Amino acid sequence: MDNPERLRILHLMDMTSDIVIVGGGLNGPALALALTATGHSVTVIDALPIKTRKNAAFDGRSYALALASQRLLKAIGVWEAVEDHAQPMLEIKVTDGHAGAGPSPFFMHFDHAELEDGPMGYMVEDRHLRRAFMDAMAADPNITQINGKTVVAQEALQAGVSVTLDDGSKVTGKLLVGCDGRKSGTAARAGIKRTGWDYGQTALVCAIEHEMSHDGIAHQFFMPPGPLAILPLTGNRSSIVWSERTEMAHRINAMEPKTYMQVLRPRFGDFLGQIKLAGDRFTYPLNLTVANSFVADRLALVGDAAHGMHPIAGQGLNAGLRDVAALAEVLTLAERRGEDMASQLVLERYQQWRRFDTATLALATDAFNRLFSNDNPLLRLGRDIGMGVVGSLPGLRRGFVREAAGLTGDLPKLMQGRAI
Amino acid sequence: MQAPANTVDPSEIAKFEAMAAEWWDPNGKFKPLHMLNPCRLDYITQQIAGEFERDLTGPRPFAGLRLLDIGCGGGLLSEPMARLGAEVVGADAAEGNLPVARIHAEQSGLNIDYRHTTAEALAEAGEQFDVILNMEVVEHVADPLSYLTATQQLLKPGGLEICSTINRNPKSYAVAIFGAEVVMRWLPKGTHEWNKFITPDELFDLLRQAGLDPVDRKGFVFNPILWSWSISDRDLSVNYVTASVKPE
Repeated sequence: MDNPERLRILHLMDMTSDIVIVGGGLNGPALALALTATGHSVTVIDALPIKTRKNAAFDGRSYALALASQRLLKAIGVWEAVEDHAQPMLEIKVTDGHAGAGPSPFFMHFDHAELEDGPMGYMVEDRHLRRAFMDAMAADPNITQINGKTVVAQEALQAGVSVTLDDGSKVTGKLLVGCDGRKSGTAARAGIKRTGWDYGQTALVCAIEHEMSHDGIAHQFFMPPGPLAILPLTGNRSSIVWSERTEMAHRINAMEPKTYMQVLRPRFGDFLGQIKLAGDRFTYPLNLTVANSFVADRLALVGDAAHGMHPIAGQGLNAGLRDVAALAEVLTLAERRGEDMASQLVLERYQQWRRFDTATLALATDAFNRLFSNDNPLLRLGRDIGMGVVGSLPGLRRGFVREAAGLTGDLPKLMQGRAI
Repeated sequence: MQAPANTVDPSEIAKFEAMAAEWWDPNGKFKPLHMLNPCRLDYITQQIAGEFERDLTGPRPFAGLRLLDIGCGGGLLSEPMARLGAEVVGADAAEGNLPVARIHAEQSGLNIDYRHTTAEALAEAGEQFDVILNMEVVEHVADPLSYLTATQQLLKPGGLEICSTINRNPKSYAVAIFGAEVVMRWLPKGTHEWNKFITPDELFDLLRQAGLDPVDRKGFVFNPILWSWSISDRDLSVNYVTASVKPE
């Protein structure tokens, strides 16, 4: 009400789209596709050029897609393009490993046979997901893509939001969504502060080729310096995610490939036979960063922009896609009852839905990591007994399987395999 | 502009004028109404869609429907209806509500015909509507039957009226007056007078006497644990809503 003239001008101006999304990674495109499916128009602003996003070379990055996330991809029409490149995860074996001493006698074993509806999830390479999203967006007449440009300013007005790009052009919409990662400029420009801490650990990520078949089994070893996961990719390949103290991680990552493999090899034994590197190596510092609010005036945050969590259980992308499904549902239902979808009341529903969930998950993965990244003999004994107990009680184990498949909690419709 | 007609109790109008500026503050005095609104809108949109065979998943599903929102207040229902494509007349007997509603509609880019008038005056002028929203009004009027008869006259044959109010029993006294006005201070003291509350059976009788055909009734139930409202088939003990059709 402060400046009625300007408000009027924004009305008379045609809005570029209903919704403006900043960030063209994975959550941004997923949200764009989920929203056009329910009749909205969307503009996606991405700092990277399309060519980079569509780069087909394997760079070693991949994601463990929970079953619920796979359903979302199916619902928004990108799963078909990914399916042939996806490796079903049939079993997950969790072991309390100890370098040089072999696995502890107790381990947890989760089998998809305990779910009625297929594998627990899928391993999908980043390049295949990116291409599938880019192709689906290009084919969607209700999505406008702006690539290679960054946002320099944003302004929330009573009737909409206006975003200024680095070339001086403006994009307008009813709602702005920040899908721009854990260093979200969208959140910062809205004055949203973040809370978090550093684990002093860094994840080393690479892909390997191995002699023997992985049989669709994912392994998670808990080692004193940090967890190590072996996640099955298509063919005789696996993705390795392994955490070390940050200083050590950088030393390892700087090693020649041959030396790097000499460090990696003894960490999980020889059950896959001969192994060698396949693709690039990456490091990711492990820190937890949660936005103090997931929403602001005409603004919502999705994925890492809202909550960057410890990737220990591969839950980063899955949590982001859950935000996508929840936000698309909240906005669509609000619009169907005639509400202003970007009003504080509507956005608050999204925040309430997702904030509790992600806070729980962030704290649980944090606690998990603290418990297992430890060589205290008492803690080891305790967690070994704990694993044995979980592993031997079918009800509890089934609960873990459903949790890993992303099927617990207040599941958005798109993740139940239903339309909004 | 028409003058308010005789069934409006003047002391009731003054109460709402004092509160008018607060309408659109979701955390202000009308917080309970903002919280109830999604539930009311779900009921209203589904009833209208059912009666007029409209698809709520499409754009502007209520296009072509002329809708009257009686006791429109700040426009909490008028705006959603306009957004869904209806041609909306918002009527309120409290003059102070109208500038707030008009300013807000303009800010929201919506075209709504807000009028300082009453159902009786509109009926006298021969206005006709496909849909009438008569929400949380009947418990504030001096003569409910004469008021409901006026709303019936405003409906086209085959038209739909949604009417909500508060039940009269010890629980509704405890919740709506003692709870909402005294304990929670959600509503200013004196907003409701318990003896004006109407039971669902009484309301169905009144609607029939007014010449309408009541077809549905549901409860709006507040869950203090989830802190949210939901629609109930069975629990009409406090807030409830009805749908009636004007015979062809």
